[in-house]
Amino acid sequence: MTTEALTTAEAAEPIVPGAPPPQPLWLDFWRGIADDNPVMIQMLGLCPAMAISNQLANGLGMGAATIFVLVCSSLLISLLRSVIPTEVRLATYILIIATFVTISDLVMQAYFPLLSKTLGPFVPLIVVNCIILGRAEAFAGKVKPMRAMADAFGMGIGFTLALCTISAFRELVGSGMLLGYSIFGPNYEPWVFMIMPPGGFLTMGLMFLVMGWWSERKKAKLAGVAA
Amino acid sequence: MIANLSWIFFSTLLINNFTLAMFLGLCSFFGVTTKMDTGWRLGAANTFVLVMTAVAVWVLNTFVLAQAPYLRTIAFIVVIASLVQIVEMAIKKFLPVLFRELGIYLPLITTNCAILYLALTQTTRGYGLVEGIVYALGGGLGLTLALTLMASIRERLDVADVPAMAKKMGLVLIIASCMSMAFMGFAGMGSG
Repeated sequence: MTTEALTTAEAAEPIVPGAPPPQPLWLDFWRGIADDNPVMIQMLGLCPAMAISNQLANGLGMGAATIFVLVCSSLLISLLRSVIPTEVRLATYILIIATFVTISDLVMQAYFPLLSKTLGPFVPLIVVNCIILGRAEAFAGKVKPMRAMADAFGMGIGFTLALCTISAFRELVGSGMLLGYSIFGPNYEPWVFMIMPPGGFLTMGLMFLVMGWWSERKKAKLAGVAA
Repeated sequence: MIANLSWIFFSTLLINNFTLAMFLGLCSFFGVTTKMDTGWRLGAANTFVLVMTAVAVWVLNTFVLAQAPYLRTIAFIVVIASLVQIVEMAIKKFLPVLFRELGIYLPLITTNCAILYLALTQTTRGYGLVEGIVYALGGGLGLTLALTLMASIRERLDVADVPAMAKKMGLVLIIASCMSMAFMGFAGMGSG
């Protein structure tokens, strides 16, 4: 294909208002993990991040289910983006997401019954996880499938990383174990508070404090350089 | 019967508080609670939608979903979304003042996880119509309580001298942790 043909093909693509500017695929992917991390930076999806994060295994299972739903729904929404009427797009997105959530819920019930039991209603509650609808509305509904998938993978992995950090910390401190294996030995007095609800808020709060301290330090350094 | 109902009500209101013990509806809990007025108004709107959902879910479970339990999540979310839409239209028509006060928070109730959680647990626990409504009332008032308390604390924080690193969310989350700890004290109520 010549360059001219490429330009015409790109021009033929309808211009969607509010579409994200074009950039390399790896940037779409990387943004969700670091600069735009859904939990740490955008503060979306806080409910599952705190509710099920008292064991590392829960964090991993929840992360995997969310990645599956996010990637599949982003792909489908991106493929159907020219078919879905703008007026009913949110309802359509919710229906697509709910379908994939039902699939992952049933698969989890069949193959990982124990995990499904501990996560309980939080697997079907992935439907109302704002990360997924947010990505559909801000990104997947406006770009080509490859970019939508790269973005969904990045966001999903970013979410899982945040979830795993929180849950690993809570399980380690709260029970002295990691994935069920004892780390601190039998003499460790578990800090049970951390695996109970207030511990979730506290862990998250400490994390935001550390991040605030880090950005303040960066700012002070920059000011020092400028002076 | 009465004892059972009051147990459902108080355990949902205090012990298993939707926000502080079950981590539901945190987006609005952290996003909207900067002023006390909006705090309790959003709580009231949520309570209303919760009660309506409880009724709708009971109807669905009794007459429709018994044949197709795998459609639960999809059916619930569609019903909740349309319910919020109807409530929005009704309030706009009959209570225009309230409609203007609630603004964007009204449609956002659809994505509040507390609503879908209520629909799902009501099903798994097999609650009837009256039990469901009492459960929804307890949950909604619990939400309102948490929202109002948080908003009143944050109104005071506005004038307090907070270290720069805790300005954004850090301090709010730690306050939430303390509130959650206080609510854990209610857990002893059931055994007494």
